[in-house]
Amino acid sequence: MSDQLLQLLFTGLTLGSIYSLIALALVTTFKVTGILNLAQGEFVAIGALLAISLYATGIPMFAAFILAIILVAIMGGCLERAAIHPARRASGLTLIIITLGLSISLRGLALLIWGTDTYSLPAFSQGGPLIIGGAVLNPQSFWILGLAVITLSVLYAFLGLTYAGKAVKAAVINRTAARLVGINPNTISFWAFVGSGALGAAAGIFIAPVTMSTYDMGFMLAIKGFVAAVIGGLNNIGGAVLGGLLLGVLESYSAGLISSGLKDGLAIIILLVVLMVKPHGILGLLGERKI
Amino acid sequence: MWSKSLLWPAVILLFLALPFVIDSNYYLSILIVIGLYTIIVQGLGILMGYAGQVSFGHAGFFGLGGYTVAILTTRFDWSPVFALIAAVILPGLIAAIIGRPTLKLRELYLALGTMGFGILIHTLFNEGRELTGGPSGISGIPYLSIGGLSFDSDIKFFYLVWAVVLLVLIGINNLIRSRVGRALRAISESEHAAETAGIDTGKLKLKAFIFSALLAGLAGGLYAFYITFISPSPFGFHTSVQFVLMAVVGGLGTFLGPLLGAALVVLLGELLRWVIPLVIPGAGGEYEIIFFGLILVFLMIFRPKGLGAFGKNLKPPAVKPSVAPE
Amino acid sequence: MNKSIRKISLALLLILVLTAVVLMSGCASEKQDSTGSRDQGKEPYKIGAVLETSGNSSSLGVPERDTLLMLVENLNQNGGIDGHPVELTILDNKSDETEAVMAVKKLIDMEVLAVLGCASSGPSMAMINTVQNEKVPMVSMAAASSIVEPVNERQWVFKTAQSDIVTVKNIIAYLQGQGLTKVAFLYMNNAYGDGGKVAFTAAAKESGIEVVTEEKFEASDNDMTPQLTKVKASGAQAAIVWAIPPSASIITKNFRDLGLSIPLIHSHGVGNQKFIELAQGTADGVILPIGKLAVVSQIPDSDPQKEVLESYIADYQAKYNTPPNSFGGYASDAFNLVVNAIEKAGPDRIAIRDELEKNTSGFIGVSGVFNISPQDHNGLDVDSMVLVQIEGDQWKLID
Repeated sequence: MSDQLLQLLFTGLTLGSIYSLIALALVTTFKVTGILNLAQGEFVAIGALLAISLYATGIPMFAAFILAIILVAIMGGCLERAAIHPARRASGLTLIIITLGLSISLRGLALLIWGTDTYSLPAFSQGGPLIIGGAVLNPQSFWILGLAVITLSVLYAFLGLTYAGKAVKAAVINRTAARLVGINPNTISFWAFVGSGALGAAAGIFIAPVTMSTYDMGFMLAIKGFVAAVIGGLNNIGGAVLGGLLLGVLESYSAGLISSGLKDGLAIIILLVVLMVKPHGILGLLGERKI
Repeated sequence: MWSKSLLWPAVILLFLALPFVIDSNYYLSILIVIGLYTIIVQGLGILMGYAGQVSFGHAGFFGLGGYTVAILTTRFDWSPVFALIAAVILPGLIAAIIGRPTLKLRELYLALGTMGFGILIHTLFNEGRELTGGPSGISGIPYLSIGGLSFDSDIKFFYLVWAVVLLVLIGINNLIRSRVGRALRAISESEHAAETAGIDTGKLKLKAFIFSALLAGLAGGLYAFYITFISPSPFGFHTSVQFVLMAVVGGLGTFLGPLLGAALVVLLGELLRWVIPLVIPGAGGEYEIIFFGLILVFLMIFRPKGLGAFGKNLKPPAVKPSVAPE
Repeated sequence: MNKSIRKISLALLLILVLTAVVLMSGCASEKQDSTGSRDQGKEPYKIGAVLETSGNSSSLGVPERDTLLMLVENLNQNGGIDGHPVELTILDNKSDETEAVMAVKKLIDMEVLAVLGCASSGPSMAMINTVQNEKVPMVSMAAASSIVEPVNERQWVFKTAQSDIVTVKNIIAYLQGQGLTKVAFLYMNNAYGDGGKVAFTAAAKESGIEVVTEEKFEASDNDMTPQLTKVKASGAQAAIVWAIPPSASIITKNFRDLGLSIPLIHSHGVGNQKFIELAQGTADGVILPIGKLAVVSQIPDSDPQKEVLESYIADYQAKYNTPPNSFGGYASDAFNLVVNAIEKAGPDRIAIRDELEKNTSGFIGVSGVFNISPQDHNGLDVDSMVLVQIEGDQWKLID
């Protein structure tokens, strides 16, 4: 029984690391721009598919990854200029619908380019699964979790240590005041989308060996990412990672110990409970000031 | 000016004469689907445009209505009319139960909360195998028959659905002109001001939520009678998003926005199916999806108040300005 | 009140105009939309198809569309049906049930002789009421047996994909042959997995096979290890998985990672090369019943299907430069059944239906030998499938 529990924990961590990455990308954009980017899942899907296609042309794996990340980052920036920027004065709901429209279009574009086939990437590290205490652990989860931790540290360092990071924080706290001291929120919004494009693509590439990639993978991942982000607190980048891991472990234990059919239902119930009891997420009170 | 006063009823008559003019079940089915969505989106329009509350879970209520009809008629041999009545009431009851805690949430959190309930209801359709037939669904739903009149053809169903639509429109028109309607509008403009003016905002919001759920249930029940087969797949989160889309495209806080939004989204889908192959030979459904998304984006950038925002009822959008950078 | 009537009528007027636009563009595109040539002089025969060429089930619908396009082109090059070219209209239902109903009504408006579709069960089920009312023969390519049963409520509906029970019988026969009596059953939580579960549970009970654990997973799930740990703990002697790739590949990977050593049996849903490719080497040893299409080089020359299979593979390979899969095979059978019926019975819906029901026996198709009867609108039996084991990423026939 105990090795079964350990096994479920390991699986939960693998799943959780995937959700963490998506949630992290969502929360970063939301925190900086106040926009919940529904096209985030498509950034992930297109990043993964691009990398797989580039890799298939024969260029080295690492170069393919970097190129894919850069391309999706550029795409994110272009979309921000083309669709978000002109509507920056619109209501929150309008902006959500715009990102929704973008996600629909991007999904169609991915369908056009890659068709309905499923693609996969080989695992980053050779050799089979690790066996620890009678339970197996997919080594790819270290890569995924590693990416999440690195991104998190970079974000914290950026926000806390650099001038640009402080400018972002200032713009988040008080837009008008930030503008008065010469910080341009438009530029920040642009870079936020570039960043979320890059992060989304990186996430897609890192999770592809586990989840495989299809043109429509983004939608479900984005929903899981939302749930994770809410559990952790929509404004809290550390919470996003924690929320993702919690969601993964929760899914794993409920599927393994209770009922596999109610796994998704249970995650949603947790979401609702968190929303109603602690709407700023489990880390909400510890987190920074709400916008 | 008798000619002018007769013109509008004439248009309605012309619309009702449509089945004799076009004689195509395909076009009738498009109009029926538009009608069904209009019923839901009108309710959602009250919730979003007047009470200022968003819901990303209305496909759940839509499905509840459909499943109520399917289960009661096939498993318990209820007469179709009673089943339809139940299909209206049950979603209302569920809305009353979940509405109270959910509507305390605001903006984005409300969107996520209603999304959660929508997905939860959808999960129940999949998991409640004994009642709902699981993912395989329920087939063999009888036709709706009212006192010997069986709605077994597209023409009959067209009239049924649009009669319901007209009743809903007239009802809503009276509602938004009543005291309740004015109170709702006050909430959407400023909840605090409304409360100061002595309006029980929580109760009104809940009422609007229940009302919209009742309408979604009604449409769901009619849908089940029309298709005569039901499975969980049309009632997922995707459909909820589609409804919100229709409401927003049509224009929030406008009387006819929902009708226009439902018609536009459905017709756009059909139109693109035919137009795109003319422009790009050999193009498939992929282009349709891309263009659909792009049109949506353009619409939101250039007509953020929706298409229904012509005429005098123009009012500021109900949703509060976002925190997006200026 | 007057004002609101005015506004309502204004909106209705707009809908009228928009509908008219759709109507006109629909008519304008009708000609280009259909493939087939009119230069042969004789009046073309119209056949319609509703397929999932986009959306969730598009991996099924796309090979079916490609097969149909290829077949109609070949047929028309060879003079069509008695000199009548065939005009095939394929509509996308976006994997959506409501869209499927609208699409089939459109086809019936165009006066097609028969409707092919859909690729998956839900949209097929949704179309049944319409074709029954309009009395149009429909040939589905989906698995669920409820599409053609009960036959007395589905007189107009046929299907070419093996019902789940055919696959189940093959698996049960294998289990009994190996003396395995305790099994775990894992299935994906959608209509395909559900149909397999229902059929297997019923058949297992009859044959004295005990299902010791039953687990499901979502099509979008990324890791099925939790479900498999239950299998590990249950003492099952074999695991049966009812799913399609990619989740079928993921669960196979997880199964191997966990070090489970019991036989792993899949359904025919994994009967394509993609499954093996995505499983990345872990598919070896997997046992499954499959249509003969995948192992055509290994079946004896005496097999009645051999010739049909080889010519279908050759044609498809030549046109699309990739081997066909079983979904394309279902489409090929649906098309040929209908063409055959039109050839014999003439361009009349009632005659086509009667011909399909009464005179389709020993019809050699890609998916098997069809013996359709008034009691069975599928007409495929256990011998339409063979058991294979995957070895070195290849299908190997088990004798």
